[in-house]
Amino acid sequence: MSKEMSTADAISMKKKSQFGDFVRRFKKNKGGIVGLLIIVMFLICALFPAQLVGEDYYSQDLSNRYCHPNAEHIFGTDELGRDVLTRMVWGARTSLEISLSAVAVSCILGTIVGCIAGFYGGVTDNILMRIMDVLMAIPSTLLGISIVAAFGSSIYVLIFAMGISSIAGFSRICRSSVITIRDQEYIEAARATGASDFRIITKYVLPNALAPIIVQISMSIAASILSISGLSFIGLGVPAPTPEWGSMLSNGRQVIRDHAYIVIFPGVAIMLAVFAFNLLGDGLRDALDPRLKS
Amino acid sequence: MLKFIGRRILMLIPVMLGVVLVVFSMMYFSPGNAEDYILGDMATAEDKEAFRVENGLDKPFWIQYFNYVRKALKGDLGISYNTKKPVTEEILTRFPTTFKLAFFSVVVSSILGLTTGIISAVKQYSLWDNICRFIAMIGVSMPTFWLGLMLMLLFSVKLGWLPAAGFKTWKHWIMPALTLGLHSASSIMRMTRSNMLEAIRQDYIRTARAKGQKESVVIWRHALKNAAIPIVTVVGMQFGRMLGGSSITEMVFAIPGLGKLLIDSINLKNAPQVQGGVLFLALTMSVANLIVDILYAFIDPRIRSQYVKVKKAKAAPAAAAKEA
Repeated sequence: MSKEMSTADAISMKKKSQFGDFVRRFKKNKGGIVGLLIIVMFLICALFPAQLVGEDYYSQDLSNRYCHPNAEHIFGTDELGRDVLTRMVWGARTSLEISLSAVAVSCILGTIVGCIAGFYGGVTDNILMRIMDVLMAIPSTLLGISIVAAFGSSIYVLIFAMGISSIAGFSRICRSSVITIRDQEYIEAARATGASDFRIITKYVLPNALAPIIVQISMSIAASILSISGLSFIGLGVPAPTPEWGSMLSNGRQVIRDHAYIVIFPGVAIMLAVFAFNLLGDGLRDALDPRLKS
Repeated sequence: MLKFIGRRILMLIPVMLGVVLVVFSMMYFSPGNAEDYILGDMATAEDKEAFRVENGLDKPFWIQYFNYVRKALKGDLGISYNTKKPVTEEILTRFPTTFKLAFFSVVVSSILGLTTGIISAVKQYSLWDNICRFIAMIGVSMPTFWLGLMLMLLFSVKLGWLPAAGFKTWKHWIMPALTLGLHSASSIMRMTRSNMLEAIRQDYIRTARAKGQKESVVIWRHALKNAAIPIVTVVGMQFGRMLGGSSITEMVFAIPGLGKLLIDSINLKNAPQVQGGVLFLALTMSVANLIVDILYAFIDPRIRSQYVKVKKAKAAPAAAAKEA
């Protein structure tokens, strides 16, 4: 990144690193940059909520219930007199914490499955992909709901439920790119030098299969933010005192007629977060796709 | 062709067995017993034991699983714990509602997605294209339940045009169909746009224009027909997705469909109902995808010819390659 990209550098093709090239291409994508900025904003909210809005997201103030947005409470207060803005900022932490860990779980497991299936092929591939088919066949909302309903709602169960439902996507994407790589000459060369399968996969196959996986990570984070809020909305998400966008929305649902702001603001937060990760994913796809290189 | 269809149907069997196994073991190993939920706190230990024996819950896991599969093959998915009616009957009375919802949503989303997608592709990088793409991006980013609530707020509370809940007249269906359909409309729009863009750049389009063909015919007949195949796949897949993912929309609009039944049953720990419902939905989704695959082969003469001309020796690897 530190490398200066002058025109002279651009002309001498050899000096360009792949990463520098990627950064240059990503910078051109306005949508991707906007997405990245929104994500940074949410990350700041998630990392420093106490510094931004104070620690008090739980104490009730029953004399101040259903305050409509005003100077003191910019986004108003909810049914227990808690400040909506404060809870939204803390909610960013909950949402990002769960969705990032869930995607980490599914990305790691899915990539392992996809690499093994794609690299070895044959019976291994067939068995692994049929297991993934099973996971794909169950509607992901229902899979999530039944896991949470079966094991109780805690943050760990949510991470597990979200993780399980997106493993199949990762493994398929990883598998299809591994298949195109495994017959390349450099893999044959690596094998000729006596490299073990593990070394070939981790050192030569995976780095070359990374681009679609990175895009999928961004898209999956978006999808899991949506699913978490959906689960919380039907009362199966994060347990009560923890602020979460979906459950804030669900609480406001009964009073939507008179206090619509309680429903509107957390919804906008969810939408913005998902929107940002989708934009980032699109931008990454464009920047990483070698076919779009000019 | 028949061989391809037969193979695909055979492939469904292990997947369905796996689906049953996943749902079955989840219900089996989860804490809390069915008899406590069904019989209540007042039941004696003997009553509970009798209930377990009656429902075969005292048997080991694998025996229960195989019993379930054996009965399921005959269409018997057990008795719902709380209504005491056969699960199959419960599912079949609720399913038409869900099917109707999914159908309306697919119609709405196809119309929206196709028109905006085609316009976007024809006028690439115009203001209109940017607006459409932006809206599509928002569409995939909005949580369904929130969209439903916002529509309700606007059309039922503020404007009073549409009823907020229920499912009797066509007016009741507008908001749920939009809610469930907007997400799909966005995916269909993006798919239509990218495929149309690809088709428009082909040589045969240049030929059609060069011979003086009207632009509308070029777009609708030459370009759209060639771009249609992936679009049909997406529409079909979205239909399957809607059948399985309609539960939250049904909850928001209080529509008594299969999705709502399932969520209610999960909360009541009504295991036979949950297993039966998830199995049924997984099956309908897979069948929907299967039909899309077959349609795919029928629409595209290039794929169709593969299965007509090529005999046994080549058909098998071709089918295998397709699955892969």
